[in-house]
Amino acid sequence: MAPTRKRKPAPKKITKRTLKPKERAQPRPQDGSIARIKRLSEAIGVSGDESAIREIILENLKGAAAETRVDALGNLLVKCRTRGKTSLRVMLAAHMDEVGLILMQAGSDGLWKFGTVGGINEQTLPGKALWIGRDRVPGVLAVKPVHLVEKDEAEHPIKLDALAIDIGATDKDSAMARLKPGDRAAFATPFRFERGVLYGKALDNRLGVAALIELALAPPPGIELWAAFTTQEEIGARGAQVAAYALDPDLAIVLDATPAADMPMWDGSENTAFNTKLGGGPAIYITDRATVSDPRLVRILDAAAETKGIPRQFRQPGSGGTDAGAIHRARKGIPSVSISVPIRSPHAPVSTARLEDWRALVALVRAALDHLAKQGLREG
Amino acid sequence: MNDKALSEHVKNLLRAPGLSAFEAPVREVVAAAWRPYAPKQTVSRLGSLHALQSGTGRNNRPKILLAAHMDMVGLMVTQVAGGFCRITEIGGLDARILPGQAVVIHGREDVPAVVVLPPAALLPPDRKAEIPRLRDLWLDTGLPETEAGRLIRTGDTASFSQPPMDLAGGRIAGRSLDDRAGVAALTVCLEELAARPHRWDVIAAATVQEEETLGGAATSAFALHPDLAIAVDVTFGAAPGLPEHKTFPLGEGPTIGLGPNVHPGVHRWMIRAAAKAGIKYALEVMPAHSGTDAFAMQVTAEGIPTGVIGIPLRSMHTAVEIVALSDIKAAGHLLAEGIGALDDGFLSKLRWE
Repeated sequence: MAPTRKRKPAPKKITKRTLKPKERAQPRPQDGSIARIKRLSEAIGVSGDESAIREIILENLKGAAAETRVDALGNLLVKCRTRGKTSLRVMLAAHMDEVGLILMQAGSDGLWKFGTVGGINEQTLPGKALWIGRDRVPGVLAVKPVHLVEKDEAEHPIKLDALAIDIGATDKDSAMARLKPGDRAAFATPFRFERGVLYGKALDNRLGVAALIELALAPPPGIELWAAFTTQEEIGARGAQVAAYALDPDLAIVLDATPAADMPMWDGSENTAFNTKLGGGPAIYITDRATVSDPRLVRILDAAAETKGIPRQFRQPGSGGTDAGAIHRARKGIPSVSISVPIRSPHAPVSTARLEDWRALVALVRAALDHLAKQGLREG
Repeated sequence: MNDKALSEHVKNLLRAPGLSAFEAPVREVVAAAWRPYAPKQTVSRLGSLHALQSGTGRNNRPKILLAAHMDMVGLMVTQVAGGFCRITEIGGLDARILPGQAVVIHGREDVPAVVVLPPAALLPPDRKAEIPRLRDLWLDTGLPETEAGRLIRTGDTASFSQPPMDLAGGRIAGRSLDDRAGVAALTVCLEELAARPHRWDVIAAATVQEEETLGGAATSAFALHPDLAIAVDVTFGAAPGLPEHKTFPLGEGPTIGLGPNVHPGVHRWMIRAAAKAGIKYALEVMPAHSGTDAFAMQVTAEGIPTGVIGIPLRSMHTAVEIVALSDIKAAGHLLAEGIGALDDGFLSKLRWE
């Protein structure tokens, strides 16, 4: 691809919601980032019902975007207000959705049976609290008391079908008084930030969303930048697929969260299957099960980190996938790379992450965009 | 106490930490709640709280001890490694409910953490990752090694960090309802008795270490030397998949225990009190160990006639235990009714038949 390909026409407008471009961005407190991450983490946005997240993003970008629209899958596509002449159209993508549960049927005992949405860590369900539906009705996944668990029973996992959501209802009518089939449920986890550590649910991928908000609020000059807040990543990168088609960018960078399994081995030997490490900086993807990153983009990110002294690590090549899996196959192919905040315990009630890794991700993507604005994406 | 006040009281109790042998924080909450009704308070050598409400009988009044344990189950650090800790249990836990559980480690300072089960690649080859075992689990603090090492030591306790939740139908979910629900029932009883003359002295005890050794109840019963002792504890709430004969529906009243751990005369007295006051209850047959403080109190010193009141609770020994507030209220009311009916001659008529 030529570095200064002829500018394509702007993607077709399918505006459902457009903000007034003349509205001035309000001055923001220097460290509103934590408050924003907290709000995003505690909001419920299970795949297919991301509206709560969309609202928070729109509120945060109010007046700061050149154009805002919501497409047929609920993706929120934001054209950033960029200074200077632009030669390159770049898509930055972060998925809004999280894994969770969906209500299926209320029983005569007042308990709700549910299905799982996305690859939720099923071992983390028993005995946990939930927020359910738009009204955030509290409920719990009650279990058998340990006193009544037979010895051979303890040798087997608690089966998903044995679990039900208890909201305190005693019959079907009271179970359905405030909830209905199709309502989504997420872990009821209050967010915490202490000693530089973020503790919260859905850090996959509200950290990516929060990073993308930062970048959209202060986009680098010289690039036509589109922030794509995508839907349904956790069930197959379905939002990103159509967003990439609609935007038709020259390249895409996906901002996500990736597991850090960097705990000690059971026998104290070296852990060689850690994927990423907390505190090691944002993790650049070389390959996962869904994508082989464009090597030029990997090199640009790596070089930007070196030049600017920003910490970074390479995610151990292997399993997993991001929105890049769908984006790089869109249209005639879109050079793509993913970069993630390392988090522990993804798809579970509480993930942990370090603020320093998140900040470094924002800085590194910004540095890479600066490079791309000047140099473009050369052959190589 | 109206329903709203009771709900707030219970939630205050749930918010206070207090694993077995580390009950000081919750003891303060209980002491403050009982003070208006039973201002004469002492703390036992092991940390149990005793609160006396004097009776109106003549000198050398008989006395009844009401025991509810204030300690709760949780975790304890056995090793700090990097930003992670290995753990053991305080009280009996099903390791299968632990992965993903948010906790607070009570170290030099409180440190948030989460229970993690490592992926299969990091476990012993014979271990299946889908079956969590306590010894495979870590607490992840998210902190760098130096910071975790500075703040946390072997032997530090970790509490489930689950804020109390209001469920529908007047139910509450949260940690430590076993047996803070019982403590709250004693509050209800003390409040009622404060406005109602009773011959006997009543000593409410928030006992320690029930989940480990019953050491609190045993020593309090010895120190106080009561004529009767009642343990107020939680019992298994009915739920799908649980045996019906061992579980009791929530919201349909407390249980009254029956079995070798319960003096038959004490049992009859409680049944009569319930019947007279029209309090709905279920009979709970306890084949041997009642699983409560009554087991220790019964064999204290020369022996004490004991009884057991149960409050049905779902999801016992998890961070999301559930009780119906109406059962707490009914248990407290039942105790007050029973105590109101105790006369000076009760003991002379008490026979093991």
